Amino acid sequence: MKAIITVVGEDKVGIIASVSGELAQRKVNILDITQTILQNYFTMMMLVELSEMELSLEKLKTALEEIGKRLGVSIRIQHEEIFRTMHRV
Amino acid sequence: MLDTLEIMDTIRMITVDKLDIRTITMGISLQDCADPDAKAAQKKIYDKITRLAGNLVEVGREIESEYGIPIINKRIAVTPISIVAAASECDNYVGFAQTLDKAAKAVGVDFVGGFSALVHKGFSASDLRLIDSIPEALTLTDRVCSSINVATTKAGINMDAVARMGEVVKAAAERTADRDGIACAKLVVFANVPEDNPFMAGAMHGIGEPECTINVGISGPGTVKAALEKVRGERFDVVAETVKRTAFKIARAGQLVAREASRRLNVPFGIIDLSLAPTPAVGDSVAEILEEMGLQSAGAPGTTAALALLNDAVKKGGIMASSHVGGLSGAFIPVSEDAGMIRAVEAGALSLEKMEAMTCVCSVGLDMIAVPGDTSASTISAIIADEMALGVVNNKTTAVRIIPAPGKGVGDSVTYGGLLGTAPVMPVNAFSAADFISRGGRIPAPLHSVRN
Repeated sequence: MKAIITVVGEDKVGIIASVSGELAQRKVNILDITQTILQNYFTMMMLVELSEMELSLEKLKTALEEIGKRLGVSIRIQHEEIFRTMHRV
Repeated sequence: MLDTLEIMDTIRMITVDKLDIRTITMGISLQDCADPDAKAAQKKIYDKITRLAGNLVEVGREIESEYGIPIINKRIAVTPISIVAAASECDNYVGFAQTLDKAAKAVGVDFVGGFSALVHKGFSASDLRLIDSIPEALTLTDRVCSSINVATTKAGINMDAVARMGEVVKAAAERTADRDGIACAKLVVFANVPEDNPFMAGAMHGIGEPECTINVGISGPGTVKAALEKVRGERFDVVAETVKRTAFKIARAGQLVAREASRRLNVPFGIIDLSLAPTPAVGDSVAEILEEMGLQSAGAPGTTAALALLNDAVKKGGIMASSHVGGLSGAFIPVSEDAGMIRAVEAGALSLEKMEAMTCVCSVGLDMIAVPGDTSASTISAIIADEMALGVVNNKTTAVRIIPAPGKGVGDSVTYGGLLGTAPVMPVNAFSAADFISRGGRIPAPLHSVRN
């Protein structure tokens, strides 16, 4: 299953490193990544592949949320299909 | 590959504009549970519901978590109990309602609908037993919802049933007087009820439906309002187009949830109910959409036109997103569940009569309306009769869910919390319809060839 991770918040050193480090540790493969400043907010989006992940999506979600709390940013992970189906016929 | 704007748009719709899936409803046929022994029938019903819906809540939670889109309610709709219980030898059907309640609690769903009867052309003995059981059944249960279809465009209006339902509504209110008459919030009277309706209190699993099916009701008034904020002052063509595009996106999310739920539960997908249904939360109001179009308050002159545009554009946008659309699709305007509607009633901008006019162009009808506790049964029946006539003549579904608030008058309100919300008591025309209602009989089906 592919999922999209979004990270939104105030820019600071180490956001990308923390998130991607966690993902590597959990065997989550990053397929695509884009990062921009949108309306003054640091906004990062990652397309990831979860098929080799060793823990449940629920646990990964919690782990990412904890990192988000530490960095003061909001991190969400959602099945990628919701983004595709909503906007395209 | 990644479209940043589309992704942010989805996330904004969910987090800021409160986009959610209103309900996943599993429809379950109970036709095979009929039994001459009422206890045996009830056991079959309990076993069947808990077997088929055992995973419903769990799967709902999984989908919610994986896709990151909130699913507010998980519900069950069953075959109208007047059909299932007809074979059983018993005096009343309260035991059936309690069985449904127990099953709903066992599987963890919010509501179970189908303590229902269809009496548009007349009553069977079983229908009468069910109707007589309603006040007690809704008092002794927490999650059971009841609906009675008293009229159709083809059969006309069963005025005996309309008269009877006025009394049933009063009795239901009085029995639950200590809880603001909550039994009435679980009881709805219909004209032209759809068989695949996932919305409470009118949900039922019609006899034309399959063994088991998954229906999804979508929501999202906040999302539509947010979209309209961006086109302030533009012409109505732009307004309609904006609503349409937004409805498409919302319905796509619903279609995805429906498909996943259906796959994971191994139950066929039924319909998407494309509805803008409010929640009492601020920012999730249909009335506020109407106000965004330029009305000072819902209920102001122009409201009916605005609602007509909204209702139609929602359907047009959603229909492209899903192949199977049904239920009560359109815009819902329950008073107690919509912060903007509550405000409009309190400000005196919205009367019962204006609401009635609005229901000609929206989904359902006089929904979650509180009236003074001393309103007579015949007046309630007459309000029901008016709404049924609108449905029958205009070939659409209409309904009445009205609460004669026990011991309360205009200026008071009833509060239920949760999705049912708070309803300010609305004034009712004080002139009597008692002689009109006491006639009984049937109002004939209307002619549809010489229309004007």
